[in-house]
Amino acid sequence: MAKRFDIKDLNIYYGKFHAVNSVNLAVPPRNVTAFIGPSGCGKSTVLRSLNRMHEVIPGARVEGKVLLDGEDIYASNVDPVEVRRTIGMVFQRPNPFPTMSIKDNVVAGLKLAGMKNKRELDEVAERSLRGANLWNEVKDRLDRPGGGLSGGQQQRLCIARAIAVQPDVLLMDEPCSALDPISTLAIEDLITELKKDFTIVIVTHNMQQAARVSDQTAFFNLLGVGQPGQLIEVDDTEKIFSNPSQKATEDYISGRFG
Amino acid sequence: MAEEVTGSSPPAKSQGRRRGDGIFRSMTTGSSLAIVVSIGLIGLFLLIQAVPSLNANNINFFTSPEWSTGDVGNLRFGIRDLLVVTVLSSLLALAIAMPVAMGIALFLTHYLQPKFARPFAYIIDLLAAVPSIVFGLWGAKVLGPSLEPIATFLNKNLAWIPLFSDGNVSLSGGGNIFTAGIVLSIMILPIITAVSREVFRQTPVMQIEGALALGATRWEMIRTTVLPFGRSGYIAGSMLGLGRALGETVAVLIILRSATSSSTFSFFDGGYTFASKIASAAPEFSEPLSTGAYIAAGLVLFLFTFAVNALARYVAGRGKAKAS
Amino acid sequence: MTATLTDPNRPAQTPAFQKISPGRQFKNYLAMSLMGLAFLVAVIPLVWLLFTVISKGYSALLSGDWWGKSLKGVLPEQFAGGVYHALYGSIVQALVCAVIAVPIGILAAVYLVEYGNNGRFARITTFMVDILSGVPSIVAALFVFALWVTTFGFETSAFAVSLALVLLMLPVVVRSTEEMLRLVPDELREASYALGVPKWKTIVKIVLPTALSGIVTGVMLSIARVMGETAPVLVLVGYSRSINFDIFSGNMASLPLLIYNELLNPEEAGQLRVWGAALTLILLIMFFNLVATVISRFSAIKTK
Repeated sequence: MAKRFDIKDLNIYYGKFHAVNSVNLAVPPRNVTAFIGPSGCGKSTVLRSLNRMHEVIPGARVEGKVLLDGEDIYASNVDPVEVRRTIGMVFQRPNPFPTMSIKDNVVAGLKLAGMKNKRELDEVAERSLRGANLWNEVKDRLDRPGGGLSGGQQQRLCIARAIAVQPDVLLMDEPCSALDPISTLAIEDLITELKKDFTIVIVTHNMQQAARVSDQTAFFNLLGVGQPGQLIEVDDTEKIFSNPSQKATEDYISGRFG
Repeated sequence: MAEEVTGSSPPAKSQGRRRGDGIFRSMTTGSSLAIVVSIGLIGLFLLIQAVPSLNANNINFFTSPEWSTGDVGNLRFGIRDLLVVTVLSSLLALAIAMPVAMGIALFLTHYLQPKFARPFAYIIDLLAAVPSIVFGLWGAKVLGPSLEPIATFLNKNLAWIPLFSDGNVSLSGGGNIFTAGIVLSIMILPIITAVSREVFRQTPVMQIEGALALGATRWEMIRTTVLPFGRSGYIAGSMLGLGRALGETVAVLIILRSATSSSTFSFFDGGYTFASKIASAAPEFSEPLSTGAYIAAGLVLFLFTFAVNALARYVAGRGKAKAS
Repeated sequence: MTATLTDPNRPAQTPAFQKISPGRQFKNYLAMSLMGLAFLVAVIPLVWLLFTVISKGYSALLSGDWWGKSLKGVLPEQFAGGVYHALYGSIVQALVCAVIAVPIGILAAVYLVEYGNNGRFARITTFMVDILSGVPSIVAALFVFALWVTTFGFETSAFAVSLALVLLMLPVVVRSTEEMLRLVPDELREASYALGVPKWKTIVKIVLPTALSGIVTGVMLSIARVMGETAPVLVLVGYSRSINFDIFSGNMASLPLLIYNELLNPEEAGQLRVWGAALTLILLIMFFNLVATVISRFSAIKTK
């Protein structure tokens, strides 16, 4: 199921503004890649361009190639809707659908795609909730609204929702930034488990988190105000945090700036 | 399931999705287009049907107070009196409603505790829920007669001001512009209040706190921060209210007594506004040429309210640009 | 402040706080009282009006036939019959209008929020909606008369009234729906896109249901608004004292039209009918307003 990403010469623009400059990056399957870097360096932008979510913003466009197991997701015959079904996303703030119950939230993607078989939907709901380590906490109130859960539970619900459509890749945009430390820990444990089945790319502001959960870390930086964001270096997480090859990375990691 | 999702996009399905998006998008665009077109059609149809009557008119449309459309061979209609009555009643309404609405809006946003503000605002909104015919009924049967002594007093003591001089209808019963203007002011109060309340509420907290921290009293704080911030919104709301007053039909129709002589530019005149004139003649809309005369009056009213509303929008838009 | 300092009668010790001058204090209280007064000034006519209508009209509503009978065969000086025919007309004309205006209004609002991108056509539409909301009801009625009766040659009917009401209801529906759609957080749209749901399905299944209660509230308020309109019924349909179920032909009563016609009846029974019908109309409008308020309590969007 899990697939590999190859990002080649990716440039991202908002209108005339050049947001991200020439990113080259390989994301191996069943692996967690963390994007770190100061605010505004374009790491979230790159993440969103991996499942064409940036197209929601008017004026955003992309040059270069993003290959998913060798197939360009930006090829002219590829529908962005298909891309997003294959590459799921979890957002900064948990965003369950307020009009739906917990169970309906989990299977929303399948239901909206036209799956009607109730038994099958129930199975998927349970499997996904178990996969998100949430089943035991919510199995007695599957028909209650998702908004009643705690922040951490809501975020795991959103992860369950994302994995219910069986994507190949999970993109996570600072999934813990709105959560307390205990919920954060639960999500981090979950990420480690999910990596068995999915290719995961996570954007985080928290360097300890990147060190804890990721196998590979990419450091993004801004060369100056108004300049595009750059990928400075990418390497095994252990190497980045112990012995980075770039001075800027070392400065950032040791807290000397950013 | 997984196979279908992970395979390269099946063209049939993705086309189906694109078609769904396309259909839905054109439905929404079409609905917007329908609204835009309907405004154009209103102007166009009124113009087309007014022109023949305007051509057949034997007196000046803009300056004549006469209105006789019974004889199709000799159409004589002018809007001078309609204009005077419409403008006088609407301006009187605005003059009363504007200060009151500002007071209420400030009271609700900056004096009352938030928990009371909502129910109190609801009371004002109730005024907007009263249908205009009920306002007319009350104005003609209850308020008009009660205002008679005040009208008589003003007429007696302030007759040297043209606006308070003798009108073309008797003061008894209160079937004059004075009563109509007051009723209109009550009717437009909710909209002016609602718009002003909204902008006054949005005054940046930092500005308010800045003023209070300098030792300003609450009133000084309002004068230095809330009023300058909300001024354009307040004016825009008042213009919207003016638009309502100009077009109000049945309340004015019931209240105003018809006059035999032409307008004297007094608050104690009777007669018709554009809207009430049209409504009063509606049962006799059979002859196209005479109907066209009323449609011409309707066209003037339409253009008038269009201008007032466009101006309101312009003022509000400029205020917004300044605030941001 | 300097005045206080040079005052020979000042206390030996300066006070802990600087006093506000009496003039400033007076102005502050004056402003506050004027504002409270303004509020009272607005409440007086409301109470007076409601009191008048209720005290003069309530007895009509208590008569047995008021809600269930028309005025067919009732003499001007006789108090009998009821407003059944007018109630039917008011409700049906408003509902037919809603059936046409609500879908168009909601779709136009969806265009403005989801597709318009604040482009040129979206700005034109917003401007026209503003203008439409300022079009006087008599002008809307006159337009429908010029279109439906003079140009197309149809007879005046309840349906023509509904058409005029559509023009008055549309801007209210568009505005309130637009406002509600803008309250739906973008995060929900993104979550749906990220699940691979196409845009139109995201709007229909996620965005609209989330905003539903707010939209329904707006629709209810707009129905209440058009029910009170008198100008269109004066121009576009004749009055009938008996019930007419056919919206496409014949005269049909409505509450405002009944009030307007009975106003010419000087008999006591006529006056009672006038105030009774006015009270009935207010109650009908209040009912829709109340429904709107109740529905808005169930909003899925937290506005705080």
